[in-house]
Amino acid sequence: MSRRSEVLLWGAQRMSAMVLALCVVVHLITMILAVRSGLSGAEILGRTQGNVAWFAFYTLFVIAVSVHAPIGLRTILGETLGWRGGATNLLLTAFGIALALWGLRAVFAVFGGGPA
Amino acid sequence: MQTLKVKVWRGAENGAFQEFEVPRQESQTVLDVVTYVQRKCDPTLAYRFACRVGVCGSCAMTVNGRSRWTCRTHVDKVAEDGSVEIAPLRNLPVIKDLVTDMREFFDKWAKARGRFSGSKTRKDEFERVSPESKERKRVDAGIECIGCGVCYSACDVVSWNKDYLGPAALNRAWTLVNDVRDTAQSERLAAVAGDAGCHACHTHLNCTERCPKGLSPTAGIAGLKRAVLSATLSGKI
Amino acid sequence: MSAAGIHTPGMKNDYRARNHPAYWAFIVHRLSGLLLTLFLPLHFWALGQAFHGAAGLDGFLAWTQNPLVKFAETGLVLLLAAHMAGGARLLLIEFLDWREWQKSLLAVAAGLSLAFGLAFALNLG
Repeated sequence: MSRRSEVLLWGAQRMSAMVLALCVVVHLITMILAVRSGLSGAEILGRTQGNVAWFAFYTLFVIAVSVHAPIGLRTILGETLGWRGGATNLLLTAFGIALALWGLRAVFAVFGGGPA
Repeated sequence: MQTLKVKVWRGAENGAFQEFEVPRQESQTVLDVVTYVQRKCDPTLAYRFACRVGVCGSCAMTVNGRSRWTCRTHVDKVAEDGSVEIAPLRNLPVIKDLVTDMREFFDKWAKARGRFSGSKTRKDEFERVSPESKERKRVDAGIECIGCGVCYSACDVVSWNKDYLGPAALNRAWTLVNDVRDTAQSERLAAVAGDAGCHACHTHLNCTERCPKGLSPTAGIAGLKRAVLSATLSGKI
Repeated sequence: MSAAGIHTPGMKNDYRARNHPAYWAFIVHRLSGLLLTLFLPLHFWALGQAFHGAAGLDGFLAWTQNPLVKFAETGLVLLLAAHMAGGARLLLIEFLDWREWQKSLLAVAAGLSLAFGLAFALNLG
């Protein structure tokens, strides 16, 4: 991987971290408020389904985390297992894409129009 | 007479500690202890020193597991239960006993483009750099490095990534990045970019924690991270 | 370059060199990052149960009433808060010029994560 790409990866991880810091604060507060009165499927979906603002928020959250996590994992694999290079990078790209798709599926399930 | 139990590393990397008894003295430094061992106990002990007063940077070793200058480390400060363990610096090949091969450490300064490139000749006027300027203050914060290798020895990223340039070389590069007279800025930023350069730093602060001069290479490396990113985004490198 | 392959030559540091707050912060950051990454696919799977309507989620929520699961949930909240607060500390160090106050960021980050963890545990009831 070229040095330029390495620098851009570092930048992408920091930029996504800035987005995630805000997302996580909102997520933590929402979570703490949501569990106060106990959770039920009907209550959760009544609050979430069809809510465009939350749908957008969690879409952004999922995309940011799908950028952030694979780059962090890349560093860990390189430093602890010595896995560096093309194959590892390919594997991590696939992981990032899979994580994004899997996460967006969850966002659709919770914040989409209703039961599919 | 009070004595100190000293475990001294002998041999190369596959060596072992050897124990010596050394008489305690007032204001005794770890370097004094090593010198005593070499002069009175075993003349074959190999170690490096020169100035004995924290100017030359040649006597750095690992004392009780931490990288230090031995000349400026008092035994009082580091002895645990009347004993001290003295080993060579980490992350550098051990030649013999307390002496490491520091070539890689200095080669990386060269790789980080740690030399000044100017455009003026001796016929030109002196450049005026205000001591109050932001750049000059950043240079001041890092310029006192004497290249002892303590930070390089303390750094885990160096251990985990053999190509990583290390705190000292990157700190040097940062002082030059802030040298307004220097003409090789793009080459230098390219040299310190990426996974073997400043972006590998995890802000463990091992270097900052151990630097005998009280410098923070971490701060300089953070500066390089930003400078390289903006040079990359603007297409300069 | 050394002939020793991928590893940096020379002797290695042990815990004595690493025993300081910023290094502990690094360990927390790395472990929490790794565990959160492993947890995410499971989290997304659980949320996907909403495709089966309220009943689908209720089936999963019944399982989370297990005290052991509640304990693990609180642990996850703590990991998330710690990774966020520790990460914010790193961003402030990396993107701002070095200042003395940055040394106290560590205490702020630790306090913030504990506060979030505690708030979650207390509200979970």
